[in-house]
Amino acid sequence: MTSSKISITGSRTSAGAAAGRTTAGVPLLRHAAAVAWKDLRVELRSREIVYTTGFFAVLLVVVFSFAFTREPSAVAGVTPGMLWVAVAFAGTVGLGRAFDREREGDTMRALLLSPAPRLAVFFGKATAIAALVLAVAALVAPLLALLLQAPLFEEPLPLVVCLVLGSVGFALVGTVFAAMLLRVRSRDVLLPVVLYPILVPMFIAGTKATAALVAARPDVAAAWYWIQFLGVYDALFFGISLWTFESLVIE
Amino acid sequence: MGLDRVSCSGLAKRYGHQRALGGVDLELRRGSLTALLGPNGAGKTTLLGILSTLIRPTGGRVHYHDGSAVRDADDRLRREIGVLAHASLCYGELTGAENLRFFAGLYDVGPARVDELLDQVGLDERARERPARTYSRGMMQRLALARALLARPSLLLLDEPFTGLDRSGAAALGASLAGAKAGGAMVLVVTHDLEAISALADHVVVLRRGLIAHEARRPEAVAHADGGYRYDELKDLYHRFAD
Repeated sequence: MTSSKISITGSRTSAGAAAGRTTAGVPLLRHAAAVAWKDLRVELRSREIVYTTGFFAVLLVVVFSFAFTREPSAVAGVTPGMLWVAVAFAGTVGLGRAFDREREGDTMRALLLSPAPRLAVFFGKATAIAALVLAVAALVAPLLALLLQAPLFEEPLPLVVCLVLGSVGFALVGTVFAAMLLRVRSRDVLLPVVLYPILVPMFIAGTKATAALVAARPDVAAAWYWIQFLGVYDALFFGISLWTFESLVIE
Repeated sequence: MGLDRVSCSGLAKRYGHQRALGGVDLELRRGSLTALLGPNGAGKTTLLGILSTLIRPTGGRVHYHDGSAVRDADDRLRREIGVLAHASLCYGELTGAENLRFFAGLYDVGPARVDELLDQVGLDERARERPARTYSRGMMQRLALARALLARPSLLLLDEPFTGLDRSGAAALGASLAGAKAGGAMVLVVTHDLEAISALADHVVVLRRGLIAHEARRPEAVAHADGGYRYDELKDLYHRFAD
């Protein structure tokens, strides 16, 4: 009988490292979809993240709308910041809770122990988080338009693309760091501390793109420029995530 | 076909300055149950973590010997490993059946196997449709066992599997382990419940301060005839080498 050996060595988990790769994209996507659907299903059942992040985001917008003047020139200046601050803060709350759930039954370990490619686990978690962040953005944007009479929907297409790319970028970076800090005791404090500096370029691009869209004279070309920047940011962190995720989650 | 044999040589793991494992040589054979004994902090859970591919050793090697040369080595290796850990590794918001169906999807296992396992571990129709967070410790342990057995693993790693189980649960677990062993699986059980494991074990390893303090393997014929160790035999081994 021929015998093949799969070995794990002290320097490198060869089987584990190989497990991050998959020869076929279909199983990866299927497993990623299963993980994402499971996360959304758990959330639909508990509605914990939706309620807490939604409430938090609405509260921020309401406080902002009272704190800042509603003169048209001021509205154009403060609306982009309000939108992205609400997305960042509410997104971080949701991100922390999404990974706390995986910690409670040590279920992240179950995902990593499964034969699903570890990248599928990453993509599944990131997709679910992106969907939740996008839901927050979809709540905050109309609310800002209503409370501040901000002309956010004059150019809906670039705004939607901007929010989608921003949510995806947040989810990609957030998933890597939240997974990395899963076993760290002070993760609730550390997560925003390590996450926000990395997200600064994304928030700048998102704010600039939104500002170009809500200006008295919308500058759609400038908005697309910053949206392209967001696309590059997402692509860059997509690559970094692929490269680092597995080594960050294995002890 | 699954794994035939797992062998470790010089397996070491350090967490900073703390040594969890200091060079462990171990061989697990097809159709045998290894009882891994030792006091708290001996390195048992770390050894299980390394064998399950979730912990990277700082020294030494693990070889997973596979009878078939044509198998894809990467993701499919984990398909051959079933783990029952301290935590349930199940989602509290999902029902027992949903938990198993979700993991069955990841393991490419059909729904018939899910029902079969739920029957095998004794979760009845009502229990399996309840959210897992409403389960008692014992029921959760049964669900965790079903999850570990989903893909009929050829390497089964169990960390304190008898915890929280009542008599019938412990008997069902014993039957499942005997079944897995008879089916050719390698079973490694970390436990302090010497009474529960004694009749099933045919290989005993006592770990102490990250090193193997004692190892005994019953000759196959003896193990088959006697059905494992006697409780007092195992207790004596434990007290001589672990304390």
